[in-house]
Amino acid sequence: MVDAAFEQPRIAQPARRPRRASLHYALKRKSTAAFLMTLPLILLIAALVLYPALYSIHLATLNKSMQKFVGFGNFTFLFKRETFWMVVKQSCIFAITAVIFKALIGFIVAHFVHNIPAKGQRKWRGMLLVPWVIPPAMSTLAWLWLFDPSYSAFNYTLSFFGIGPIPWLGDTFWARFSVILVNVWYGAPFFMIMYLASLKSVPDQLYEAAAIDGANWWQRIWYVTLPMMRNIIAITTLFSLIVTFANFDIVRILTSGGPLDTTHLFATWAFQVGIQSSDIPLGASVSLFMVPILAVAAIFILRDVSKRGNES
Amino acid sequence: MSRRKLTRRQFVAATALTTTALVAAPYVRGAHAAGKVSIGFWDHWVPGANDASTALVNEWAAKEKVEVSIDYITSNNKKLELTVAAEAQAKSGHDILQMPTWWPHAYAENLEPVNDLMEPVIKQNGDVNGTVKYLGQRDGKWLAVPATVGSQIKGPCSRIDLMKKYAGIDVQEMYPAGSPPKADNWTMETFLKAAEACHKGGYPFGIGLGETTDSVDTAGAIFQAFGAELVNAKGDVTVKTDEVRQALEFYKKLIAVLPPDAPSWDDASNNKWLISGKGAMILNPPSAWAVAKRDAPQIAEQCWTHGFPAGPKGRFAPFLPYFWGAWSFGKNKEAAKSLLTYLSQPSSIEKFVAASGGYDLPAYANMTKLKTWAEEGPPKGTLFHYPDPYNQQTMSIAASPAPPKIAQQIYFQATLTKLALRYAQGQKLEDALAWAEGECEGFMRS
Repeated sequence: MVDAAFEQPRIAQPARRPRRASLHYALKRKSTAAFLMTLPLILLIAALVLYPALYSIHLATLNKSMQKFVGFGNFTFLFKRETFWMVVKQSCIFAITAVIFKALIGFIVAHFVHNIPAKGQRKWRGMLLVPWVIPPAMSTLAWLWLFDPSYSAFNYTLSFFGIGPIPWLGDTFWARFSVILVNVWYGAPFFMIMYLASLKSVPDQLYEAAAIDGANWWQRIWYVTLPMMRNIIAITTLFSLIVTFANFDIVRILTSGGPLDTTHLFATWAFQVGIQSSDIPLGASVSLFMVPILAVAAIFILRDVSKRGNES
Repeated sequence: MSRRKLTRRQFVAATALTTTALVAAPYVRGAHAAGKVSIGFWDHWVPGANDASTALVNEWAAKEKVEVSIDYITSNNKKLELTVAAEAQAKSGHDILQMPTWWPHAYAENLEPVNDLMEPVIKQNGDVNGTVKYLGQRDGKWLAVPATVGSQIKGPCSRIDLMKKYAGIDVQEMYPAGSPPKADNWTMETFLKAAEACHKGGYPFGIGLGETTDSVDTAGAIFQAFGAELVNAKGDVTVKTDEVRQALEFYKKLIAVLPPDAPSWDDASNNKWLISGKGAMILNPPSAWAVAKRDAPQIAEQCWTHGFPAGPKGRFAPFLPYFWGAWSFGKNKEAAKSLLTYLSQPSSIEKFVAASGGYDLPAYANMTKLKTWAEEGPPKGTLFHYPDPYNQQTMSIAASPAPPKIAQQIYFQATLTKLALRYAQGQKLEDALAWAEGECEGFMRS
């Protein structure tokens, strides 16, 4: 009963209430109170998200000198560029690979942590969250030093085993590997903490019932844990997919999109085209291209979540 | 409590009296009578160099009775470029904003022309080089004033000992401190042989092949030395020419003797290469040497900054000028121009150069023999040839002479280094050229 009034309505209502009374009544409604309370946030989002989003749509419809309306001209131009399709492909490879690994590592680590006795669990949870709480620009700089062409600590260590030197950021395969690795390192704790919360909400009785039925550990995960975690997995995956797709800092700091543009993502390429090459409309078009891709993913995932919500 | 009522007649009389008094009153020049000027300067990496800018601005402000505020904006992660873009979009911001290389052209429509200022300054300081004209002028109109602060040449900084030992070249003899260079034999061919010899000796030249400016600037100077242009001054795509093919053949041989991870280098990598003692030469302003003075003095003592090797079409040096631009929507344009004139005076330029330890370069012909470059060391005279005091080189920027709005795309998309790298990594020459042609055609958008 979200929209109920705080007071019980009177039995005998006058045919037409005076205006002040209806305002008074509206202010007393729960939904009005809720709206007023969220209004500052709504205004903040409108100013910092909605306005820039609409403005970038406006920019994407202008020519390079921003003096002429060109409609979808920037998009049709992009569709003919080889580099653009390379960026689309790379963004998909980067986001999908990173999200799969983050989900997998997060799931495994969450199980480990869940099985640690409650007394020591808090310390482990705190330590495992460290990569996620350090600002990514800062931690990526540390990774850059580890991959550094002249002073790579990894290559130094590998040299003791007669391996390397590996061009971590100078070769297409290794550069893609490195940026995905850093993203997984940064994002896996988020999955871990979400999955851990979800694991804790699975009733023990279900596991007990499964044990009585003779289920092994795999069957317990497949038939009990995963179905109970499905919604959290779906929402976490969607959220991470959006954030990973729009990633900027890791690639910008580690490779700047190189070598030969083979690690560029939408955001880094949009920055290079829009800001560095002073073609703001084209940059805006590149970044807006993420929207339909993510919207499709969001529709599928959220539709599934709400379907299951209705079933339950 | 009684209140006196003001009649309409009294109000009109009082207003008329006040207006007359204000109009007739003598002009009293207050502490900030000429208004306010806000300035966005590039945040210099040399400790103390910003102080020289602040002192000069304050001197001018005290003389002209102007209130000034200065923001030092870092160029790290393109913060300065972002500020330029944001202010141009918002049509609001600083009265004067420092802009790197291509930005005056990119925002030409929003900049106040400064011909009235540049003409007397050039008359006083000598003419500016072709690159400054190319980047700072449009249709004969000066868009911004060349800034001494931040402007630089990315010439060779060689290790005296290693070049002598492995390449048999005495860089100090070739570019003696205090006298003209004897560099007739310092050609692209000699440069390549030296690179091969130093690579063989275990000290490869540290030249990046990445997408940041150091890599692109080197590629630009090498391409220009062979007369190779991807887009000519008229805006025609000229990728498939013999000159471009020649430059690529040269680059292929050079890349073979560069560090294997050079494709991932950024603008800090070559500095680290020199300071770590791993390389015999880098192509950079004297910032690497300055850091070596602090962190590895034994390396700094062996560094010598000198001119670029000559190619079949001449000797080109990558010159990156900064500019001071005054927005056309600025609130105090006259005061801004007055300040820019003050900052372009020889005495101000000398202070900028001294404060930066010789790193900052004025763009004017008469200002290349200041005592800072002659005296800096160790070794003494290491920077003497940094500003090209005998005009032996053509100052150039990568991707010129293409129209600046096209050249900016070639420059920031690093088309030159990518083209060279594609060919060196095994792509067929004609395929690499076709790729570059397609890229350049895409840069023609208006």
